[in-house]
Amino acid sequence: MTRPKTLSKFREVQAEIERTGSAIYRDAEGRESLVIRSPYQINYIHSYAEDSPFFLGLAEGRLRGSRCTSAGCRFVFATPRSHCMVCGEPTEWFDLPLTGRIHSWTTCHFGSEAFLKETPYNLAMIEFDGAGSLLLARLRDAKQSDLYVGMPVEARFDPKPKYSITDVWFVPAAAPAPTKKAR
Amino acid sequence: MVTGGLTKFAKAHPEADFRLMVKQAFEYARKDAPNLTKDRIDGTRVSYFSDHFSRQLKAASMVQDYLGMNPKGSVRIEWGGATGGECFQAAYEAVASGRMDVCLAAGYETMSRVQTWKGNEFIALASDTNFDFPLGGFYTGYYALMVVRHIYEYLRRTKFAHITDEREAQRLAIAEGSRIMSKVSVKNHLNALHNPYAQYPKRLTVDDVLRSEMISYPLTREQICTMSDGAAVAVLCSEERAKEFTDRPVRITGVGCGTDTMRLADRPFGKVPLAPTETAKDYEHLDYPGVHSFRAGRSAGLEAYRMAGITDPKRELDFIELHDAYASSEIQTYEDLGLCKYGEGYDFVESGDPFLKGIDYGFPTPNAGAIPVNPSGGLIACGHPVGATGLMQAVFAFWQLQGRIDRHYRDPALQVANARRGAIHSHAGTGSAVTVSILERGY
Repeated sequence: MTRPKTLSKFREVQAEIERTGSAIYRDAEGRESLVIRSPYQINYIHSYAEDSPFFLGLAEGRLRGSRCTSAGCRFVFATPRSHCMVCGEPTEWFDLPLTGRIHSWTTCHFGSEAFLKETPYNLAMIEFDGAGSLLLARLRDAKQSDLYVGMPVEARFDPKPKYSITDVWFVPAAAPAPTKKAR
Repeated sequence: MVTGGLTKFAKAHPEADFRLMVKQAFEYARKDAPNLTKDRIDGTRVSYFSDHFSRQLKAASMVQDYLGMNPKGSVRIEWGGATGGECFQAAYEAVASGRMDVCLAAGYETMSRVQTWKGNEFIALASDTNFDFPLGGFYTGYYALMVVRHIYEYLRRTKFAHITDEREAQRLAIAEGSRIMSKVSVKNHLNALHNPYAQYPKRLTVDDVLRSEMISYPLTREQICTMSDGAAVAVLCSEERAKEFTDRPVRITGVGCGTDTMRLADRPFGKVPLAPTETAKDYEHLDYPGVHSFRAGRSAGLEAYRMAGITDPKRELDFIELHDAYASSEIQTYEDLGLCKYGEGYDFVESGDPFLKGIDYGFPTPNAGAIPVNPSGGLIACGHPVGATGLMQAVFAFWQLQGRIDRHYRDPALQVANARRGAIHSHAGTGSAVTVSILERGY
């Protein structure tokens, strides 16, 4: 009769179940727990639904925001939504400028399991002239020591779109573009 | 509140599943209130954050089942990181509405059932999966974005305003902000040395914190809470019956809940909802909340303070257990909760206000004892088993207000002298939901 390997360090248990699928964890009080590998994988049938024009736009090299259609509101969203957060009226699509400024930024040295292989990567919140909200994006081709709040950046698009928010990213702008004072 | 209990929080409790952990926490609470027999409990509210961690849906039913509470009424509560705080308030509502006389609030999380980086992925699925998650799916990244802007607003534009080179000024401001944030981490880890339930008690220096591994610039490993396994319960009861269970009941005198947009990018640039100690003039040039502050925390605080009749929280509260998932968010939360004005959070740390009296933190804390924040060690040092966390805060606050820290911690060091009123604060997402509850001595 076989019995899974008995280990007293949980880290070793994790490694053992990766290898063989099962292990016994023995704690300081001598209690034994059987631990097994339990895989779980799924492909969702995900619809971008009302956000679809934004993601289709990225594939055409366009950054599409949305603007409230109510004459008294006209709120401009850099991350689009089909109904206005302020007044509840429908919004309309429009093209955002392809240049903006860094509102905030970070460099991630870790991430979710799905993104660990891409580390380190920069994230930035981008502000655009005339927009009342921001857009979160990756920031590439920049050294961490170059980055600062207010830095002008411009959009780049993936020539082979994956229909993901990662189809757009930003790089430092060639020339200082902003006309208005940063927020 | 008439009793509470919890398990020790740990990186992994493979010897107990969520049902047994909740049972252990419940038995602790029962031991502390021997009259609390099962038949005197009218129903339960059960909280856990993510079905993904145990890959068991409707797990709250299994808790109800294991505790032998069927066929009493129960419902599962989930609200991201604020799950435990919401569960506490759900139990409060069950009793306050008259629906129940005695309600058990029970929460847990077993995060060790997946690898840490998969766990980060599950947590990040609580960000917008169209616009946010695919960029890296990393909450520490989101909090780093917030603190970089917080530092820009409140250090770059003040203490470092005289420096004209923008990069240099921001670099210096971030270094200063990081140094001060590290003091929060030192405080919470050091407080936890006296709390046997804490997961990561340790003595650290500011340098240790700064030199620990960089996770998402500028946040380092020691400034961030970790994954945990754990459970906590709180038993709430009508005032009329409280003395059946304890000679030292704790009264819940205020509850508040606020919300904000799921995406950080959508946060408005408007006006600050003012605390009673503030005037519009204080914030003439501040766009609020942007990504630097938590409007949900401010709203929750103001609602709870209004209900409890609190106008100056720093003076009228004796301690706060708040949701320090990050050292940065502890500082942001001081401001949201009106312990100081927006922009004063860093000075608030430097003054020593949130530190405990009688503990040597390795640097001067002149005002220590003014308003101890996270005397238990908070999430950073106690751990953050999400569905249990808000209830853990309730249990620690309950013991503080009973004056029985010594009985439960077997160490009196963390007892806030003569604690009469405290607040607990539970926080979800990038600040998309926050609860604040005010607890007072009821004896």
